[in-house]
Amino acid sequence: MPQTNGNGHAVAQTYVGTRTVRPDGVDKVTGRARFGADFSLPGQLVGRVLRSPHAHARIVAIDTSRAEQLPGVKAVVTRDDFPDQSSEFIPAGEMLINYRDVVRNVLAREKVLYEGHPVAAVAATSVAIAKRALKLIDVQYEVLPHVIDVVEAMRPDAPLLHEDLYTAGVEPKPAKPSNVAKRVEISLGDIEAGFAKADVIVEREFTTQPVHQGYIEPHAAVASVSEDGSTEIWCSTQGHFIVRAHCARLLGLDIGKVRVTASEIGGGFGGKTVVYLEPLAVALSKKAKRPVKMVMSREEVFKASGPTSGAHIKVKMGATKDGRFVAGYAELRYQAGAFQGSPVQPGVMCAYAPYDIENVKVIGYDVVSNRPKVAAYRAPGAPISEFAVESVVDELAKKLEIDPVELRLQNAAREGTKAAYGPKFGPIGLVDTLHAVEKTNQYTTPLGEWQGRGVASGFWFNIGGETCASLTVNEDGTVSLMAGTPDIGGLRASLAMVAADELGVPYEKVRPIIGDTGSLGFNFLTGGSRSCFSGAMAIVEAAKEIKADLCARAAKLWDLKADQVEFKDGHVRATGAGADKHTPMSVADFAKVAGKTGGPIGGYGRINAQGAGPSFGTHLVDLEVDPETGRVTILRYTVAQDAGKAIHPSYVEGQYQGGAAQGIGWALNEEYIYGADGKLQNAGFLDYRMPVASDLPMIDAILVEVPNPRHPYGVRGVGETPIVPPMAAIANAIERATGIRFTDLPISPPKVLKALRERGLNHPKNGS
Amino acid sequence: MARVVLVGNLVQLTGGVAQFDLPATSVKHLFALLAERHPALAPHLEEGVAVAIDGQIYQDTLLEPIAPDSEVFVMPQIAGG
Repeated sequence: MPQTNGNGHAVAQTYVGTRTVRPDGVDKVTGRARFGADFSLPGQLVGRVLRSPHAHARIVAIDTSRAEQLPGVKAVVTRDDFPDQSSEFIPAGEMLINYRDVVRNVLAREKVLYEGHPVAAVAATSVAIAKRALKLIDVQYEVLPHVIDVVEAMRPDAPLLHEDLYTAGVEPKPAKPSNVAKRVEISLGDIEAGFAKADVIVEREFTTQPVHQGYIEPHAAVASVSEDGSTEIWCSTQGHFIVRAHCARLLGLDIGKVRVTASEIGGGFGGKTVVYLEPLAVALSKKAKRPVKMVMSREEVFKASGPTSGAHIKVKMGATKDGRFVAGYAELRYQAGAFQGSPVQPGVMCAYAPYDIENVKVIGYDVVSNRPKVAAYRAPGAPISEFAVESVVDELAKKLEIDPVELRLQNAAREGTKAAYGPKFGPIGLVDTLHAVEKTNQYTTPLGEWQGRGVASGFWFNIGGETCASLTVNEDGTVSLMAGTPDIGGLRASLAMVAADELGVPYEKVRPIIGDTGSLGFNFLTGGSRSCFSGAMAIVEAAKEIKADLCARAAKLWDLKADQVEFKDGHVRATGAGADKHTPMSVADFAKVAGKTGGPIGGYGRINAQGAGPSFGTHLVDLEVDPETGRVTILRYTVAQDAGKAIHPSYVEGQYQGGAAQGIGWALNEEYIYGADGKLQNAGFLDYRMPVASDLPMIDAILVEVPNPRHPYGVRGVGETPIVPPMAAIANAIERATGIRFTDLPISPPKVLKALRERGLNHPKNGS
Repeated sequence: MARVVLVGNLVQLTGGVAQFDLPATSVKHLFALLAERHPALAPHLEEGVAVAIDGQIYQDTLLEPIAPDSEVFVMPQIAGG
């Protein structure tokens, strides 16, 4: 039964909210879909990167002459091929980019700052020649002491990565440089007065390790630069307009001369919002005057692309004996990797966002160390701080002898709650998600020995941003839809459903594609849980343009005034007296007479989408700890999250399940292991243990829908929040199973076993 | 007058003053008024901040209107992954 949404946007919903067949599905399951590494051009060369073998070293000299003389080598680029950039933060889309750091991350200049840091790149006629050429590049290093750990990096005597880095956010400005790039703080109320009111206080320290997004498709790019400077790039990215901006800036190109096409993308999760290979491929192609293709190996992905931060966290919370939170304090120390810019600021803002607390103070530090520069990873910064806070919330629940869901309900943020970071929340669904998990069968399923149940909630802001989309009505009444944000989580299907409902055409008649940077105005990237939210708004605008145009055409055809015609239920209709003289016309009807009534029919939506609604979620996990091995097995897992309105429920459920799966890996196994030499020891999926299907139960997804009043369909972004609660939910469940509070992630079998042994608990399950 | 609150490190640039009552009619007007009173804020406002007007967060939008009785928070920008 068609429904009309309740946000004042009166369009019958035939497709929105249903589970349509994805338009990109056939190509994906037949192998026809072209991902980054699938694209090739005639005459293309192979590009390869020479990377630093040291964690920290000064570059004394680079001699590429022998490599350049090798037959088959067509170009070599080093730092000298990239103009230096001034140190200033420049808006790039919605991000602030310090191109001085970006150019140094693309190719090292004065120093290498992590193992794997690019030093030079070659383009050759074969892989073998390219590899040989890399060995012929002579780089002289002065090896420097390195620092990997975030707390060690903050010490005054720590090896210094950047001699010009002075801590921002402290007064007076420090006299000496350090590895602490920035101090940030938010506060609400009076934290000391809050703790004075507390009957129970829990204070804990936590550590988390950097974890990689683990996208299955490595970074890949093909670049072709013509003799007149026109540049084309095909790459796997979350934002081809951002790739265009970065490449143009780094290489001094006109943006209008650079055209970027996004391939199908095999995952990104924030990790493909930055550039690594693309500027190198362009520089090599420009020099070689031939197309150049570059693809990272998995080892390169681990060593040289950005994971999220590892961190050290202190949390102190106070509550009254009846379970009211009265004070929340936290200190967050986040690794940024080799260059400043960890997600500590959102970590600070999110730490206590799920709760209505009068007194909050959170301090954060952005710290550089000799690791790859971090990149975004779903809800960047939030999973780390909320893991610590949600663990402490669970301890408070235990001390107060209150059910952990009930304690959260007592303190949950609601509409009108003042967030710790400032503004009051509008309509939000945290309470609904807590009630949703309470009502599951899982919540009351009896648990056995060594089994535990954990719960945790999470928050993310979500964003909108600059977005363009077009709709074109073809001669036969079919509709071509073009969006400018890569489709990672079902964007094409979702936007096609919105377009179908807006225009009253069958879903199957809408063909959505992702346009290149020359086809649409600027689009910010697919990230921040924005693409469906913003894209749907742009489609609504494009459809409005079409409907207004068709109404104007009909008024002329029927000799009526403009206000005597309306678009309703997929047809242009005459209104008022005599309306029945005119047969309503569908979009397909107009397509047949488009030429005779004014020409081709199309609409263009171009917006800076505002009004993103935050999304809250609550996760419930049942697990079992093997006391003999320390292995944790997830038995049951439920995600309840507020989607606002699920355009395509299956895709929303997929986001919930994917976030939970990644969070399970973050909680139980994933970590970067460095040797004393500062080199990464587990740069591969064999040793960097991500969950696979056999590690996971079916993850149940509950769609809570509290409509976002600022969106025509009520949509909230859903992609970020699902990765926020899993780590605490799992740590809380393990505590309930073992009585041991684990505060250091990952809670891997060796750690569990060690803790059990220390307590004399590591006996087999039967107790023998 | 709109009640304007600075969130986070911006307070360090105003000598510790976190709250203002300002006759701002738009985000652009708000930034001008803040920069006039505290010039050290100007580059940070230009670099990019988010503005929450009556609970709704706006980013990169200078033309958004501010009502006389609005509650406005000037806060760090938000991105995502």
